[in-house]
Amino acid sequence: MTETAVAPRTTTPARASDRSIAENRLGLRLVAPAVVLMVLVTAYPMIQALYLSLFKYRLTVPDDKSFTGLGNYVTVLSDSLFWKDMLNTVLIMIITVAIELVIGFAFAMVMHRIVFARGLMRTSILIPYGIITVVSAFAWQFTFSLNNGFVNSWFHWLPWIGPDTNWFGDHWHAMFAIMASEIWKTTPFMSLLLLAGLSQVSEDMLEAAKVDGATWTQRLVKVILPNMRAAIMVAVLFRALDAFRIFDNIFIMTKGAQNTESSSFLTYRQVIEQFQLGMGSALSVLLFLSVLLIAYILVKLFRVDLAQARQEA
Amino acid sequence: MAPHPRRRPTRRARALAIGATLALTAGLLAACGGSSGKPTLTWYINPDPSAPSGFKGAFGQAGIAARCSTKDYTVKVQQLPGDATQQRIQLARRLAAKDSGIDLMSLDPVFTGEFANAGFLAPIPDQLAEQLKSTTLSGAVDGATWNGKLVVAPLWANTQLLWYRKSFAQKAGLDMTKPVTWDQIIKAASDNGGTVGVQANKYEGYVVWINALIEGAGGSIIQDASKGSDAKVTIDSNAGRDAATVIKELADSHAAEGDLSVSNEGTVLGPFATSKGAFIVNWTFIYSNYKDDKATLADLGWTRYPETVAGTPSKPPLGGINIGINKNSSHVDDATAAAQCITSADNQVTYAVETGNMPASKAAYDSADLKKAYPSDLLQAFSSSIDAAGPRPVTPYWSDISSAIQSTWHSPKSVGSSTPQKSADFITDVLKGRKLL
Repeated sequence: MTETAVAPRTTTPARASDRSIAENRLGLRLVAPAVVLMVLVTAYPMIQALYLSLFKYRLTVPDDKSFTGLGNYVTVLSDSLFWKDMLNTVLIMIITVAIELVIGFAFAMVMHRIVFARGLMRTSILIPYGIITVVSAFAWQFTFSLNNGFVNSWFHWLPWIGPDTNWFGDHWHAMFAIMASEIWKTTPFMSLLLLAGLSQVSEDMLEAAKVDGATWTQRLVKVILPNMRAAIMVAVLFRALDAFRIFDNIFIMTKGAQNTESSSFLTYRQVIEQFQLGMGSALSVLLFLSVLLIAYILVKLFRVDLAQARQEA
Repeated sequence: MAPHPRRRPTRRARALAIGATLALTAGLLAACGGSSGKPTLTWYINPDPSAPSGFKGAFGQAGIAARCSTKDYTVKVQQLPGDATQQRIQLARRLAAKDSGIDLMSLDPVFTGEFANAGFLAPIPDQLAEQLKSTTLSGAVDGATWNGKLVVAPLWANTQLLWYRKSFAQKAGLDMTKPVTWDQIIKAASDNGGTVGVQANKYEGYVVWINALIEGAGGSIIQDASKGSDAKVTIDSNAGRDAATVIKELADSHAAEGDLSVSNEGTVLGPFATSKGAFIVNWTFIYSNYKDDKATLADLGWTRYPETVAGTPSKPPLGGINIGINKNSSHVDDATAAAQCITSADNQVTYAVETGNMPASKAAYDSADLKKAYPSDLLQAFSSSIDAAGPRPVTPYWSDISSAIQSTWHSPKSVGSSTPQKSADFITDVLKGRKLL
């Protein structure tokens, strides 16, 4: 087997009847109010943030408000703190999504293939996702805590863990704890999306591959994965964007100490703690642009269009 | 099977639905109203310590609220988060939105400048302000003043003393009846196997120490605080360098506790009660803290905060809580009257006896109830310390300045002669919006 087998796309003829045109029109009219409302709700804050980002404006010193143009952006982009936090964020995103993809895929295979106790197994895999992030962050903080945690006593036989390893005392240990919590919490989501993709892979093709003498690895790489490309893209896209906006775990576990601050946390501190509406808005606009960029890169990388992923060919 | 015809609601059902809707709407409207009758003043408080078991009635600030409710209005308390940063965030965001649901609030002195400058606080009538100024210890008045005007009413005042083990001071041959310097206690502790407990984690408590050291050397972190972000940053001065010298001396000495860089008010309590315990600088709660530890209490001594420079009287830290009145409250006059009642000497005494938080009022220190609860020389030490206090600068930008100091002065081991200059540059950049915090 040298070629990857991808199920042929089913295309419908372009000719449309009067009836389907009328139905389309009705559909558009029905969704219009929702679309208008959504644009109002999402566009207003976005435009407001864009406007505020051009001002030096502090909630508690309203008289000092002055127009600075792109001054806030220049300050942010030339500040080492912003880039340090951006690096942390990207690092967390890449590492957690990569690990989640592997573990999530394994879970999805288990959920897909399992024959006994299917419901129980699927439910138990999904439990972490049902837990509120703040709660899971507290649980993991206690797990790693020097005084109450059990990580040191369970794993002290590992060369780099001692009985008095302070997990929140330095950068890499703290980052590890944050990422562990993030991975535990969101892997089920990843596996759920991958399970959906897995169930779309046609059994006939797998049978045919088996008859052709393909090994398990070959079937995985040449048949299953290519046919799941859209599902994988959706899963990676959703999780990457989610991971890029990481906040709760950091807020609970370190409050950004030991240089574990993410871009969202920096934005939170500027807007909420320091009441710097102008600077904070500039940061949130930059955060929004970063998210757009990541989405664009991922879509290009996987060479699929979202409509196809939703099976609306 | 033919589909069920859709059942139309009967006339009775429809009447019932309309009736229910009207009843619900009326209920909601009634809940929104409430302007008629006796007004309720909502007082947002910082959490008090929990009441001792067996305590009857309302405790702490809730008790004051009950006593200050009159036939014209009822005072009700609402608790803010425990963390001072979160208190500030919650209050400021609601006040900025002109929320009239807050009438009175318990404010940390370091937020006073920020809130007053933002126009969140209703002015205190001149007559009341004059009366409060004349009856309150001067350090507490300084912490409640913005732009030359008293903007909040002091409820209680906190200060730090130098607490020491009498046996240790004797062993080291230190005469504690005279003012002592930081250099003396650090040397005495390190030469005799003792420790000096301070607050040097990366948090506000560390800035309290730094500010007290600088004030004690005759300097200040900033001048012309009323100019806001154009205030003059004066931390890069001889006083700033004197402060850095003390911090460096302690950090490099054997007198420093092992966890110096993460130490706070709580971490120093344990070591102080051991055989290595010698000196700690800490707030007024220390006396009540060791009340049940008879051995430590018998050996517990107290004196004025140490001097940064020998011969220059120290300027002890100031904390506490002041009562602010929301400018957008619907009952400003009632709230002002309530604030006067809340901060009365009698209420300050009861509050101090209940919680250990010391009064800001001069007269309260003469009260028999307070003298029964605390030794008179301790009360004398508290009141003179509050009177001589060097509060942190009252400025709208305090949280920025404090954070900027924390990031340049932490950890204590990294402090050197160039630290004051580095922090001055950073504070200036932050105030001008050239650097992110």
